[in-house]
Amino acid sequence: MIEARSLCKSFQDKKRGTIRAVDHVSFTCQPGQIYGLLGANGAGKTTTLRLLATILEPTDGTAILCGHDVIDEPEKVRANVGFLSTATALYPRLTAQEMVEYFGRLNGLDEPTLKKRLDAIFDRLDMNSFRDRRCDKLSTGMKQKTSIARTLVHDPPIMIFDEPTLGLDIMTARTITAFIRECRDAGKTVIFSTHIMSEVEKLCDTIGIIQSGKLLTEGTLEQLRAQHGEHDLEEIFVRVVAPHYVSEGTN
Amino acid sequence: MSLHSIGIVYRKELTEALRDRRTLISTIIVPLLLFPVMIVGFASVASTLVDKAKEESPKVMILGGDDSPAVLGEVKKIEKIDIVPPTSDWKDQIVNKEVRAVVDIPHGFDSAIAQQQQETVKIYTYEGELKSGIAAGRIEKHLDEYRDTVVKDRLAAKNLPAAVLKPFEVKQQNVAPPEKVGGAAIGGLIGYMVILLCFTGAMYPAMDLTAGEKERGTMETILSSPVSRSDLVLGKFSLVLSASLATAALSVISMGVSFWAAQRFNALNFGNPNDPNTLHIQIGLSAVLSVFLMAIPIAVLFSAALLTISLFAKTYKEAQSYLTPMTFVVVIPAVAAMLPGVDLTPKLALVPILSVSLLCKELVASTYHWHYISIIFASTCVYAAAALFIAIKMFQRESVLFRS
Repeated sequence: MIEARSLCKSFQDKKRGTIRAVDHVSFTCQPGQIYGLLGANGAGKTTTLRLLATILEPTDGTAILCGHDVIDEPEKVRANVGFLSTATALYPRLTAQEMVEYFGRLNGLDEPTLKKRLDAIFDRLDMNSFRDRRCDKLSTGMKQKTSIARTLVHDPPIMIFDEPTLGLDIMTARTITAFIRECRDAGKTVIFSTHIMSEVEKLCDTIGIIQSGKLLTEGTLEQLRAQHGEHDLEEIFVRVVAPHYVSEGTN
Repeated sequence: MSLHSIGIVYRKELTEALRDRRTLISTIIVPLLLFPVMIVGFASVASTLVDKAKEESPKVMILGGDDSPAVLGEVKKIEKIDIVPPTSDWKDQIVNKEVRAVVDIPHGFDSAIAQQQQETVKIYTYEGELKSGIAAGRIEKHLDEYRDTVVKDRLAAKNLPAAVLKPFEVKQQNVAPPEKVGGAAIGGLIGYMVILLCFTGAMYPAMDLTAGEKERGTMETILSSPVSRSDLVLGKFSLVLSASLATAALSVISMGVSFWAAQRFNALNFGNPNDPNTLHIQIGLSAVLSVFLMAIPIAVLFSAALLTISLFAKTYKEAQSYLTPMTFVVVIPAVAAMLPGVDLTPKLALVPILSVSLLCKELVASTYHWHYISIIFASTCVYAAAALFIAIKMFQRESVLFRS
């Protein structure tokens, strides 16, 4: 379970002064459900997810993941989280197996457990053919699978995906969306960010729309449709975001 | 802090470093090849060039002397010079290296000498040019001998003994043991090399493990793992330190082997050890070990500092542009220690790098000033600890890790 409590994150910029990238964001994600964070570029999605994954530290407010506070116990939080984004690359000089092993060991798995989990994951994701190939020699699809294996090796109860399908072709993107569903079916708490409406419609149990660092509205797809009297998610999104939208150039 | 996670990070970084060509070249290949090539190669090339120049008979021109057959005859007797007829453009010929030296015998030289007047023979040369120097040296040596015979004849004519002109002799004699003589001569060089290679050995891994990680997009990946940031930086630091020490160790070993081989095959013209005029280099194992021991805190200092600086960079290239000027910061104090007359003082013992470089000079000469050794070791350890502390602090800062 994820509980964001009035999360805030501001950055200092020489030209623009203080930027509030995340501004008092609160929400709850339940186990066995997918929470979708929908927003335009620069809306604050990535920063929010980085705060949850304790890659960044909040300037105010906090979040509790599996009972651990992101400020007080960041290492324990990370041990319960699998984090995947387009920015989380693989080590080019390690093989796929070494990459996954490294993260298993960092997560405190002992060698027999690690070996068992590794075999299971590599079989499950059909990765045995390129197990010993270096990551810089892998195709995009193979890299994506290795990344998935890396996030899964310690069997975390929480999965965080930051625009996981960005820049991928349809076939690879589908592997990812299928994987996200599997995580939910396995009872994990899943949160992911995107700006692709169709992904949200297909996957999410709860949708949160974020703009300028603020969570503007939240609910199931049905609730949002009823609330705004629109069927099309894109129309709903535009209606919610328009009053707050400042194009990136003028910001 | 957990040694276990530091070890996991270290092992992974080691695996990657051993697969990185740039790191391998700077840590293993360069130190192993540098010294043999430098010492044996350079020395043997230089000595063959010098030998060849000595074998040749340089062209020499004589101006004047038509009325002074005695001195002219002496000049013509000089071995291994090739006398060419005088021309008016002799200056240009020297500059163009067509003639190596010109002997100018003043008018009426012989008769002036006979009347016991002082005269000057001029030798025109191309200063700093090897063959010109050899030619002038041969001429000067022979004319010196001729002058001595003139003096002897004059003394004999007046029935005076030769000792009238030389009432006593002055002679230098070395009493320092050979290893101390060698130490003074190349001790500074060894310290300088070890310090510089500690630095270059740490440079590539430091960039690869920080800026390289940002550039390849793996920084966010590793930060999402449960390893604490201080364990992460300590693991990375240990690898950089290993690379730095490995470079220094390999270079010292390769330097030792090269010197041994050079002496053995006489490539350096060291001559035989009983000849007091040749440099006899002897460096004890204990001296080398103590230099290496002093290199440890300086390697810690370099590793931590390089890690911190390159962490600011977003790309490998940017890191390179930060670290290249750093090389001068290291080279200048290291070279300063090689200057003659720069010796350890209590103040200099507190200057990082320079102090270690000066100490290495003494250690190689088997001089152990224990109070300096302890001051320098302790002060370098303090600087190293401060640098490591800053590195750990920088790894906690989002503005550094995610600089955009």
